[in-house]
Amino acid sequence: MNASSAIRVLLLRVAGTNCDRELARAFELAGAGVVTLHINRLLADPGQLAGYHIFAIPGGFSYGDDISSGKILANQLIHHLGVSLRRWTQDGKLILGICNGFQALVKAGLLPGSMPQLPQADRQPVTLTHNRQERFEDRWIRLRSYSRICPWIPAGETLQLPVAHGEGRFVVRDAAVLEALRQNDQIVFRYVTGEGQAAVNFPENPNGSVDAIAGICDGTGRVLGMMPHPERFVVPHQHPAWTRASKLPPPDGLALFENAVRFVRAQMTVTIGATASTAEVTARRGCSENI
Amino acid sequence: MPVYRIEIHPRQSSDDAAGAAALAEIRQFGMAEVHDVRTAGVFLLQAADDLLPAAQVRRIAHELLADPLTERPVFGYEPPGAGRLIEVHLKPGVMDPVAASTQIAIADLLNLPATRDQPPVQVRTGRRYVLCGHLTADAAGLLARRLLANDSIENVHFEPFVPAEFPQGRPYEFRRVEVPIRGCTDEQLQTLSRTGHLFLDLAELRAIQNYFHTLGREPTDVELETFAQTWSEHCVHKTLKARLEFSHGGGEAAPAGSPPPVEIIDNLVKQTIFRATQELSLPWTLSVFVDNAGVIAFDENHAVCMKVETHNRPSAIEPYGGAATGIGGCIRDVLGTGRGARPIACTDVFCFANPDTPVEQLPPGVIHPRRIAHRVVAGVRDYGNRMGIATVNGAVYFDPRYIGNPLVFCGTVGLLPRSLAAKGSARPGDRIILMGGRTGRDGIHGATFSSGVVTDKHAEEFSHAVQIGNAITQKQMLDVILQARDHPTGPLFNALTDCGAGGLSSAVGEMGEKTGASVELDRVPLKYRGLSYGEIWISEAQERMVLAVDPQRAPTLLELAAAEDVEATDVGVFDGSGRLTLRYQGQIVADLDMQFLHEGLPRPTRRAVWTPPVRHEPAVTAPDDFAATLGALLALPTIASKHWIIRQYDHEVQAGTVIKPLVGPAGDGPGDATVLAPVAGSSRGLVLGVGCQPRCGDIDPYQMALHSMDEALRNVVCVGGNPTQTALLDNFCWPKCTDPRHLGALVRACQACYDGAKAFGTPFISGKDSLANEFVTAGGQRISIPYTLLISALSIIDDFSHAITMDAKQPGDHLLLVGGTGPEMGGSYYGALQGRLGCDVPPVNLTTAPQVHRAVAGLIGQGLVRSAHDLSEGGLAVALAEMLFAGRLGATVDLAAVPGAPPASGSAGVRPALPDHILLFCETPSRYLLEVTAGRLDAVVRALRGVSFGILGRLTEKPQLMVRSAHRGYLMNEPIDTLFHAWHTPLNW
Repeated sequence: MNASSAIRVLLLRVAGTNCDRELARAFELAGAGVVTLHINRLLADPGQLAGYHIFAIPGGFSYGDDISSGKILANQLIHHLGVSLRRWTQDGKLILGICNGFQALVKAGLLPGSMPQLPQADRQPVTLTHNRQERFEDRWIRLRSYSRICPWIPAGETLQLPVAHGEGRFVVRDAAVLEALRQNDQIVFRYVTGEGQAAVNFPENPNGSVDAIAGICDGTGRVLGMMPHPERFVVPHQHPAWTRASKLPPPDGLALFENAVRFVRAQMTVTIGATASTAEVTARRGCSENI
Repeated sequence: MPVYRIEIHPRQSSDDAAGAAALAEIRQFGMAEVHDVRTAGVFLLQAADDLLPAAQVRRIAHELLADPLTERPVFGYEPPGAGRLIEVHLKPGVMDPVAASTQIAIADLLNLPATRDQPPVQVRTGRRYVLCGHLTADAAGLLARRLLANDSIENVHFEPFVPAEFPQGRPYEFRRVEVPIRGCTDEQLQTLSRTGHLFLDLAELRAIQNYFHTLGREPTDVELETFAQTWSEHCVHKTLKARLEFSHGGGEAAPAGSPPPVEIIDNLVKQTIFRATQELSLPWTLSVFVDNAGVIAFDENHAVCMKVETHNRPSAIEPYGGAATGIGGCIRDVLGTGRGARPIACTDVFCFANPDTPVEQLPPGVIHPRRIAHRVVAGVRDYGNRMGIATVNGAVYFDPRYIGNPLVFCGTVGLLPRSLAAKGSARPGDRIILMGGRTGRDGIHGATFSSGVVTDKHAEEFSHAVQIGNAITQKQMLDVILQARDHPTGPLFNALTDCGAGGLSSAVGEMGEKTGASVELDRVPLKYRGLSYGEIWISEAQERMVLAVDPQRAPTLLELAAAEDVEATDVGVFDGSGRLTLRYQGQIVADLDMQFLHEGLPRPTRRAVWTPPVRHEPAVTAPDDFAATLGALLALPTIASKHWIIRQYDHEVQAGTVIKPLVGPAGDGPGDATVLAPVAGSSRGLVLGVGCQPRCGDIDPYQMALHSMDEALRNVVCVGGNPTQTALLDNFCWPKCTDPRHLGALVRACQACYDGAKAFGTPFISGKDSLANEFVTAGGQRISIPYTLLISALSIIDDFSHAITMDAKQPGDHLLLVGGTGPEMGGSYYGALQGRLGCDVPPVNLTTAPQVHRAVAGLIGQGLVRSAHDLSEGGLAVALAEMLFAGRLGATVDLAAVPGAPPASGSAGVRPALPDHILLFCETPSRYLLEVTAGRLDAVVRALRGVSFGILGRLTEKPQLMVRSAHRGYLMNEPIDTLFHAWHTPLNW
């Protein structure tokens, strides 16, 4: 990474994280500096969070997704980082959870976060569960963005990205929760058909998610969770049909990371904490030298 | 300590994924009387009395175990109502990753101090099924055993299971066991080998007996085990290295009455496969046949390595665990190549019996092939996906003879710095560090077990050979090993290897061959108490690696591991003694000379015979309906779409898959090979392809091997791979080679590997064999698998932006067939449809084939080709159909333009007037179907001077395949959609 980069991303790694390197690369291509930190190192000193602008939880199978996807990591986030992460969002910083990271954010109650329509104690009004077709599925899907409050992506964009998950079906407790998500403009991504309509059926809706929901944000828009993998489409040749195109397709995923970096840069009036600790520097070096 | 029971039920039946899946399987099994299956997870918790008040148990259930929206906990158990209850719980000692994770999470939730040895709350997990419908107790029992549980790792209960206490395992009382063998007769030696599952033959037993005569003492049990492991077929491949007397008799050439000529082959693999690589002596082969995987250069700074393993026996008995640990072991092999490689991709190839095999035709002791397929795919999926390694390439072949002996090939590709490509070596004084998972009874006797023949009793006798993996443990270990490799001060270890077959015995034995090694077996961390020193030494518990570490650097490595909760233990030293010394509680339990252990194996002479089958070619007749025949070919399971498998694998994790396994606008065309971009920011690509043609092995194993190589090469060429920079891997799966005929067939296949590698300029860089693939039924019937050689190809493409895919792109483009077509129909799938094997296998022409591959690669490299697809099973017709439906286009082609095979000798270019069904369906190798844009046709035609080719026709917007006869009229005019449907549905499970 470029150590002098002004925008600093903390990428969390736990047992079973496996999309960390491509996520780091995506942020780096967008111009950010990335430090990948094992959760043990972060828990040893949660104060380190202060030195970063973006906190990202990559995809993978945290703790094997034993019990259920993202559950054990969510448990850790609640019990060891809850306070720090709440303060983090209040400070206007960004959080991203992709795939397993999304599952963890939902189960930790950070997404959709507190909603005025629901009781304060209602921690988890939505969940991500087994795909309707009962199996892991890797395929490219079409997405459309809807939210006007999410700095990661403006409303009205169409993207192609891959999904790769077994537990990605977005479920709400009841109609009121869905209505609240809509009212608060928290639905960031829906799976859509070729015609741009919210997708109801497999395979356009690859897991049977309610209202075709593929990603949501919290009430501030700054915490984003999504099942599709934007970090897997940051260069044109990652697209599945590039060999058919006369012109290489623009990498839809990269835009998200660029938007986030731009947003943080615009907010840079906020003073950010001191430099990275020695442990982080070592971790960073290890990360960038691994091939 | 009390045991608490919590059931986790789906809130709504629509959330019961496992129930729906079980019901579907039960229906397939033919039990229509079951109309519903409801499942629940069972968690059993055990803790000290005062630790878990009811409130805490509730908290665990609500906050941790149950999803608040989709699940509800039940404390104790819910009465099953009118349904029949079946509970499945893992046997004590079987790896239970969910329980292990839950233990840690509970400690975290309740804020209790936890150590690995003593979690405050112990957990065991199970599954509960309630089957609704009229079901007798016997039928429920049958379903439980055949479908819901696997007897080799699980117990079935018909009532809610709440043990009074968790089994703890009896503590082990150390007793050094000697086995008197010096006075044994030959017969007694053989009995000992059998009852002890040593799988050693008499010559080997005698050599061991002599060794201990010289030493003047009896061996200990663990010393005998060490020989059995080290000398197993699985570990040393003694058949391939044996001295062979090879006679190739019979056939037309041999004059009547004369004895067949006998050829002495001193070391089969050295004289064929290794020799080709040596003679080719290509500068980019960096490390071949010496390490866990073969290594080739990728670019100036990077090397790539590949290993392909089989895990057939474990997969026959426990398909899920067998396949998962197969891929797990192969990943560790790659991780342990050079001084550590990062696994970047996996491949998988399976051979199963027909998925439609009627249940009543299943021999006893055999799992139904469809269930094996489901569970094997799930095993590969769960391990590969969890490890975050893209499973990008594979194939599946079906033949009834794989019924008791399915084949599961797992391949892994790794990337490593070129400077660390050479195999590391332990230095005298290096510490022996055991890293990763703990040691249990899992997989004991796996190495020797895989060297014997399976019988219907095997499942019972060898249940301890079954291994269950935990991918996350391995991922954690991988993370630590790669950090240790890339440590700022240089690699923290001098050598490393996988603890695979033979466990510590093989790993330490191999690493310490030159230095000697001394191991304190009581230091090895155990999963549970009760293991004897011998069990510790040979356990094949998964997810373990052995590292040789300079004593000065050991503390840094151990700290690095501890920081990420990875267990690493110093268990001994490579001591420079040249001996293998094992101690338990300070007492010596084994003391062997390394040199004898590694070189004392007697080299037997084995007889190998090859008799070519008597030539008699049945007439292959023209079909009544060409389109229907093509549909039937496309629907054969070997040819039909494998999307159901491919999409369950994460084939894009690590974000480097630039040509994916499924291609075309809808992502449903069968790509020939995949291309990876392993180095971020570099345009250099790595191409992966496979070839396997077991069908023609029944006629001619020599041609079978060449066909497999040619197919692998065609596949990599089709996407843009460079045939002059392609390395091959061989995996032989053969019936038992103590039968001279099978060994003779193996000799022929190996000779083909030599001839093919030399002609194609493609060196072999790694290989593995599995030479006892037979199943003996309860009735004594011996079912041998077809001669199966998997060729995996690893190729380089200088710039992956020149890669292409097989889906038709543009109406109006020309379709070219490159490579001549011959009249032979032996071994073809068209013949298979008519129930005929035939006798004439179309030969691979080793003069023209390399020219064809290079010519096509040249065209693609120059950007002259829009799409390329290889002709294999089902010939031209299937290749055409696949190319068209993948691109959602049609074509009009004329069979009169199909070029003939080059004449065998002299008589220049007389085209045989072949009938249409041969032109369409024959499987002559070394042929490609190319799409070329009109503006580039002239350049292509010029470039193909000297190569047989024909311009068949053009792509059309209208999605119909129209085929004009070489003789008169049209043979078919078939909607592409119909063909797609025929191909897409058979395995759309």
